[in-house]
Amino acid sequence: MLERTPTLATLLQGTDDRLIVSGLGSAANDVAYITDFSPRAFTMDGVMGAATSIGLGVALARPEREVLVVTGDGELLMNVGTLATVAVQNPQNLRIIVLDNGLYGLTGGQRTATATVTDLEAMARGAGIRRTMTVRGEEDLGRARELIATPGDTAFVLVKVAPGPAAAVRIDRDGSRLRTSFRTHVLSERS
Amino acid sequence: MSAPASAPTWPEEVYQVLRAHEVTQVAYVPDAGHKHLIDSAIADPAVHAIPCTTEEEGVGVVAGAHLGGAVGVLLMQSSGVGNTINFLSLIQHCRFPFLTIVTMRGDYGEQNPWQYAAGQAVEPTLRAMGLITLRADTPEDAVRTVDAAFGMTEVGGQAVAVLLTQRLLGAKKF
Repeated sequence: MLERTPTLATLLQGTDDRLIVSGLGSAANDVAYITDFSPRAFTMDGVMGAATSIGLGVALARPEREVLVVTGDGELLMNVGTLATVAVQNPQNLRIIVLDNGLYGLTGGQRTATATVTDLEAMARGAGIRRTMTVRGEEDLGRARELIATPGDTAFVLVKVAPGPAAAVRIDRDGSRLRTSFRTHVLSERS
Repeated sequence: MSAPASAPTWPEEVYQVLRAHEVTQVAYVPDAGHKHLIDSAIADPAVHAIPCTTEEEGVGVVAGAHLGGAVGVLLMQSSGVGNTINFLSLIQHCRFPFLTIVTMRGDYGEQNPWQYAAGQAVEPTLRAMGLITLRADTPEDAVRTVDAAFGMTEVGGQAVAVLLTQRLLGAKKF
C-alpha cells in the first residue's frame, strides 16, 4: 500500500503555484512539511469537516489561481454533503485530494466507514463531481498527477494509503496568523 | 379575503447593500424570509449563489472567500444556527470578519411550538461563539442594520449576525 507522505509529495510535484487548504490532523502535517510551511497553505488543526467548503470559497474568489484541498477520509466524512455543494458550483480551478487511510488518526486509530464499506470516490461521483479517480498503487500516480494538473471541471482524487504516521512536524496553530499570511500572499500575487 | 399587500421593498434594498459592500459570494440554506436575496443572488452574474447542504458549510465558504480576498455572506434561518457552532470556532480562533443574516423563528408571535427551542437559543449560542448579534425589527432597521454590520465586519474585523425578527417578517399563521 502507498505511504501517505511520499505519495502526497509526488502528487504535489509541480504545484508550487497552487493555493492549498488542508483539513486537520495528518493532512495538515503532511502539507506543511511538503510545502515547507509556505503561506500559500492554510493548514488547520480544528474545525473538522471545513476544509472543502473553505477551499470552495477560495476557488470562487480567485478563479485565476488553482486551488487544492488536501484532507483525510474522516475529515471529509464529517461533512460529506459539501461534495454536492462543490459539484453544483463546479469551479474549474479546484482539485480535492483525499488521503484515505480508513481510520481516525488523531483519536486512537478507530476505523472510519471507508475501512469497510464506504467508497468516497463513488460518493463524490454521486454528488455530481465530474472528474474522479481512485489511486490504489504506484501505477495510478501518473494519471492522478495529470488529473490534478489539467484545468477543467472540479476533480476529486481519492488516494488509498496505508495507516501510518504523517510527517513529524509541528504546524503553526495560530489561526489568525495563518489567515493573515495566506490572504496577504493571495492579495500580493494579484498585482 | 383581504387584498394582497404590495411586495415590500426592503429585501431589494438589503440586496443593494450587499452589492454596495462588494459581496460576491452568497452562501445559503433556503428560507422564505431570504427568498428575494437568494433569487437576486442567483440572477446576478457578478455573484456566486451557493446553496449549501447544511449551514456550517456556509461558514467555511465565507471564510474561504475572505482568504481569497473576496466578501461573502451566509443566509440562514434560526433553526440552522445550531448547525454552525463548531465551524464558528474557525471564525473566532482565526479572527475572520464574518457576516450572517438570520431569519428568526421561535420568537415574537410564533405559533409552532417546535420552533422555540432553537429560536430562543440563537442569541445565547451565537454570543457564546464570539459573534455580535444585532436585531432588526422594521424595514428601515433591516437595511440600516445590514449596512452597519458591514462596517463592523469588513472594517472592524468582527463577526456579526443580523437577526431579521418576526416583527419584521411576520409570524406564520397556522
